[in-house]
Amino acid sequence: MLSSTMRFRSERDGYARYSPSVVIVALWVANLPGAIETARAEPESAHETTSTANHREFEELQGSFESGPQVTQACLECHTEAAKQVQDTVHWTWSFEHPDTGQQLGKRHVVNSFCSNVRANEPRCTSCHNGYGWDDASFDFADETLVDCLSCHDTTGTYTKAPKRAGRVLEEKVRVHGKTLKPPNLGHVARNVGAPSIETCGSCHFNGGGGDGSKHGDLDSSLLDAPYELSVHMSPEGAGMGCSDCHVTRGHDMAGGRYDMTARDQIGTGHPGHRRAAATCESCHGLQPHDGSFYIATTLNQHSDRVACQTCHIPKIARGGVSTKTFWDWSKAGRLDEGGRPIHEKNENGRTTYWSRWGEIRWDENYRPSYAWFDGDVRYTLPTDRIDPNEVVPINFFSGDHDDPDARIWPFKIMRGRQPYDAERQRLAMMHLFGDGGTAYWKNLEWKPAIEAAMEAADLPFSGKVGFVDTKMYWAVTHMVAPADQALSCKSCHSKSSVLSELGGFYMPARDAHGLIDLIGRLALAAVALAVLVHGGLRIRYHLGRRRR
Amino acid sequence: MKRRIRLFSRFERLWHWSQAFLIIGMLITGFELHGTYTLLGYRTAAEVHVACAVALMTVWVFAIFWHIITGEWRQYIPTTRKLNAIIYFYTRGIFRGDPHPFRPTRGRKHNPLQLLAYLVFNTVVSPTIWITGLLYLSIQLADSMIPIPLSVVAPIHVAAAYATATFLLAHVYMITTGRSVFQHLKAMITGFKTVEVDPEPVADALPERTLGTGR
Repeated sequence: MLSSTMRFRSERDGYARYSPSVVIVALWVANLPGAIETARAEPESAHETTSTANHREFEELQGSFESGPQVTQACLECHTEAAKQVQDTVHWTWSFEHPDTGQQLGKRHVVNSFCSNVRANEPRCTSCHNGYGWDDASFDFADETLVDCLSCHDTTGTYTKAPKRAGRVLEEKVRVHGKTLKPPNLGHVARNVGAPSIETCGSCHFNGGGGDGSKHGDLDSSLLDAPYELSVHMSPEGAGMGCSDCHVTRGHDMAGGRYDMTARDQIGTGHPGHRRAAATCESCHGLQPHDGSFYIATTLNQHSDRVACQTCHIPKIARGGVSTKTFWDWSKAGRLDEGGRPIHEKNENGRTTYWSRWGEIRWDENYRPSYAWFDGDVRYTLPTDRIDPNEVVPINFFSGDHDDPDARIWPFKIMRGRQPYDAERQRLAMMHLFGDGGTAYWKNLEWKPAIEAAMEAADLPFSGKVGFVDTKMYWAVTHMVAPADQALSCKSCHSKSSVLSELGGFYMPARDAHGLIDLIGRLALAAVALAVLVHGGLRIRYHLGRRRR
Repeated sequence: MKRRIRLFSRFERLWHWSQAFLIIGMLITGFELHGTYTLLGYRTAAEVHVACAVALMTVWVFAIFWHIITGEWRQYIPTTRKLNAIIYFYTRGIFRGDPHPFRPTRGRKHNPLQLLAYLVFNTVVSPTIWITGLLYLSIQLADSMIPIPLSVVAPIHVAAAYATATFLLAHVYMITTGRSVFQHLKAMITGFKTVEVDPEPVADALPERTLGTGR
């Protein structure tokens, strides 16, 4: 469709002498409705056509490159501020001080309910760092040549970082999970840089937590060439948008993020001169996004003051056919078969349900999210915080209620599991999983040395007593927006079997009722009905009696 | 002596029947919105409920205006005169086939018991459901403008709805208690009723000439 439309355009421009009938025939051939569709999707290719630089012609990028840092040096010849900008972002620091709570967050510091912690496991985890060689705490975060430009700006799809070498470029062919990875031609990649695509972002963000879709439940490989039903935004049949169309970037700093979210955007699209970098729905759709009849539009727009857009418009988690982890029990790890070999069990989708290294895993797809009042400020139970092992430990948590103007009802994936903790000091434990050192759990299947090593690397005390505690972790659902006709219906919430049955503190028609009023009302109706029956019955009886006489 | 008199003007009948259908529509959709059952679907029920409410409010504006201008509001001045006779009729006389002790006239259309019921409905139940309904709508359409939470407004609205349903049930039964089962219904459709004209009307509390014709 694209080519025929473009051919039509060039014909019209180049051969203006063609008679109108030729144009009409050309229009018919070009199939006009399709041509309009294509015109709407045009910005995607505009990245290429509107750029004022052709990197293929740059002298600095000619020839071949020996290493990633060498490419970066070439980039910095012209983009003098780029590395400094990147080094100020969470993509580089993996560290985030929450502006409202003051908590020190970021991948470098928190414990999650997947592989728990980066510290002590760097070479594996940091293969998704946009830097080269973050092997351990000694990594020089100020070295500009260690910034990996290509991880985000590759457009060839051939740039590959080694999966277990701290973010370094792959240097020899390897097979990982059945896929062969080939070392990239760095010169070719460098000469073909461009804006990030769904593929580049997805190469890390789709695969966190141990494989495609594992972690988020709303980010997985199904978003590559997504069908319209999966994502009205990212599908080529929909708006054809990429990640950075919402995660708008200013000086390499991207809008959006999970620690400090805008749970309720009260600014909307703003006016000229207002902010441009915002990842909220409202920043494009405005504060009055619904149309239709006055009553319905006003009612739905009013709802969006208290209900996040995502709650209705992302009706299910993992809708693209890729399942997501919902439960991870580390306490079951370490079991071996009779021959002393590790056990690896998979479900019908080929996803690991038990592995001696991992423990027990549960997966789910296309399922209803959990809902909660959310004010956008996510707090974490850090390894320095005391926990109550008799309760389910919230790995992260937040506040919000009906009367909090910053909060709205949001959909969440809740990741549950059991993970190790220091049974004496009552703190979440970090674990050393990956590596060749004598302590890595994935080598020895021994918890005590693995935790000891990780806690030491993180400079945290450890009593030596390992326990396991139930945990849960909230993942706000915000991607994979469904077509409007697949949004939750009124009745999804407004009924006795409301999906919001767990949320209290406010009155919701159809879900809620005042029990005493219902009782008295029904009794009154029943009493009158009974009176009518008795009175009417007597009237008929006496009437018949009189007639007989 | 029997005479066929015009009891209800065209406006009154139009008012009565539009109000009747709108109230029934609001009760059916309202209890769906309350979660009692599923019928039209929540969204449609909400739209119909609010559309009926707007229509009914319009009807009421006209009706109140009409009652004031014509002086017909005086029909609702309560009286206990002959109230006992009416109660006696409905508990005893009706079964023996006694004639109704009340003879409606243009000046006094409602018997004292009926009048009390309508008065309570018009001054207590209806205003309650209207005020809470408008508050409900304003909370729904313009959240924080109203300081009263839905958790207060909604239960009162529901309570008034139960009262309305109860009134309606009793009212529908009471119209069958005429000389024939359909006598009252016919009167409200045609406007005319055949009544006994006594030398001494029982319940003419007010002289007819003080009232407007209402036509």
